[in-house]
Amino acid sequence: MSQAERAAEAEQTQTKYLGFWIYLMTDCILFASVFATYIVLRENTFGGPGGGELFDMPFVLIQTLLLLTSSFVCGLALLAARARKKAAVIGWLIATFIFGAAFLVLELSEFIKLIGEGHGWQASAFLSSFFTLVGLHGAHIAVGLLWLVVIVWQIMRLGFTAGTTRRLTLFSLFWHFLDVIWICIFTIVYLMGVL
Amino acid sequence: MEKIGSVKSYSIGFGMAIIFTLAAFLTVTSGWFSQGAAIAIISLLAVVQLIVQLVFFLHLGRDKVKWKASAFYTMLLILILIVGGSLWIMYNLDYNMMSSDAMEQYMLEESKKGF
Repeated sequence: MSQAERAAEAEQTQTKYLGFWIYLMTDCILFASVFATYIVLRENTFGGPGGGELFDMPFVLIQTLLLLTSSFVCGLALLAARARKKAAVIGWLIATFIFGAAFLVLELSEFIKLIGEGHGWQASAFLSSFFTLVGLHGAHIAVGLLWLVVIVWQIMRLGFTAGTTRRLTLFSLFWHFLDVIWICIFTIVYLMGVL
Repeated sequence: MEKIGSVKSYSIGFGMAIIFTLAAFLTVTSGWFSQGAAIAIISLLAVVQLIVQLVFFLHLGRDKVKWKASAFYTMLLILILIVGGSLWIMYNLDYNMMSSDAMEQYMLEESKKGF
């Protein structure tokens, strides 16, 4: 690879990094709007039970710890990628996937339980905003898991190219960002909901 | 290439995140604090935790590039305007458009609080 090609590739990486960071920032604004909606509507339970009766706190704590661990392990995968250790990267990424998928399964089982007990999103304004906010985060996690599968497959096939390492770096940003959003959900929706 | 930290910095970040999460959880479930105090404590813990995550995991402010932080602060400004503005407007709307029954109830509760 010539000097000029290398410089062009470095610039492309910087541009994509900037673009992805701006996407994350706009996604923060989207989440902020949904958070504002939730906070406004949280008291409007239409005679039904509020968060205090509906939320199972130990369950949510396990979810939080799973997501935090997934985020940490994803960071370890990124570090292993910088050291060019292919087997370690794939191992850590699979662990990231398992923790992330476990989180999503717990979240879906909470949703199924709530809907089964008649507390679906159509029951009250509180539940509509709850499902929108937590579901939006869950949808991001689901998309992230799909992206993770593609990255693992690409690293297995192509090894560490400029493209695969760049995608892994951007994925780690996305994954840590979802962790940050979850901390807000954990505090505002769950902890303040049961107080 | 942007800075990505080390195993040590990730471990410190992870350890702090776990501690703050458990502390917030205990604050709420233990029942040691009044509602107001508990809300203040978990809000503070969440803010500290967010800063820890931004610094140790998202490497904010540790990069050579400046646009990352400036995009972040612009987002923060818009976020505060959206959330703060929405809550302010909706609270006022709720207060000013109360039904007469709700107003009666509200005045009754306020009068119980005394002066």
